[in-house]
Amino acid sequence: MSTLAAIRPDSWNFPLFLHVLGAVVLVGALLTSSAALARADGRAGMLRLGYWSLLAVGLPGYVVMRIGAEWLYTKEFPDNPDSEPAWVGIGYITADAGALLLLIALIVGGVGVRKLRGGGGTGLLRVSLGISVLLLAAALVAVWAMSAKPD
Amino acid sequence: MSLDDWILALHVLSAFALAGAIVLFWILVVALRRTDLPEETAGINRIAQAGTVAIAAGTLGTLVFGVWLAISLDAYQLWDFWVIAALVLWAIATETGRRAGVEYQRAGDRARELQAAGSTGPSAELAALNQSSTGLLMHTVSTVAVALILIDMIWKPGA
Repeated sequence: MSTLAAIRPDSWNFPLFLHVLGAVVLVGALLTSSAALARADGRAGMLRLGYWSLLAVGLPGYVVMRIGAEWLYTKEFPDNPDSEPAWVGIGYITADAGALLLLIALIVGGVGVRKLRGGGGTGLLRVSLGISVLLLAAALVAVWAMSAKPD
Repeated sequence: MSLDDWILALHVLSAFALAGAIVLFWILVVALRRTDLPEETAGINRIAQAGTVAIAAGTLGTLVFGVWLAISLDAYQLWDFWVIAALVLWAIATETGRRAGVEYQRAGDRARELQAAGSTGPSAELAALNQSSTGLLMHTVSTVAVALILIDMIWKPGA
């Protein structure tokens, strides 16, 4: 690992920075969303804060993380090999499934936030909470895989 | 996987806890600036508890596992420029982050006092505490220090 880190070409650094920056913002947004939705106790302001954290911070974070990941992949694996290390597979599975789950959380939560005006929507936002917690756990597994790089 | 691989993973996970908590606190700082209500301020303060746990684990974990790696790995030494720079930036981020926390805690404490006194309406005093310029400045400095640590860790100047 130390040898790999030491010989990483300089041209990989900026894509890696973008990838990590996006991932950090995504993790922060998921943490905020989970905490706000879990501790809202039905208060509309807290539920909105939880949802908007996911939409206005989490979604851009995901996009930046994914752009950085693809850019880095083209540099690290320019020949698009048939077999990749396990940690790359874990990263892709987490990112692809995570995108789908994030989209579902945003759509369901968006409907929930609209229904808050009429006094409803808390059940839908609980679904977004469940997905946020799941995504946070998956992101931490991906961070472990990206850093420990299991074969 | 070797022990060093596990330590590196724990170091990076700690860094994500630390930086993720900083993102959380930014969201809460923006939310606080838009409210002067005791209930909302107290609610935001409750969310901040999750950030406090994450930032404590992240701050301690990055230091312990980072120093462990610098000692354990032959490629790096504790006196390498980029390692010393990271330690200095870590100290700046920790202290300024602590000061920001103290500033915003005042708003949370005041909100709970107002709630206990039965005051639920807008409060100019609470708005001033929520918009603390010292808190904002300290959190900004802490964020810049952590961003510089990330740059330092990736580019490793002098390595």
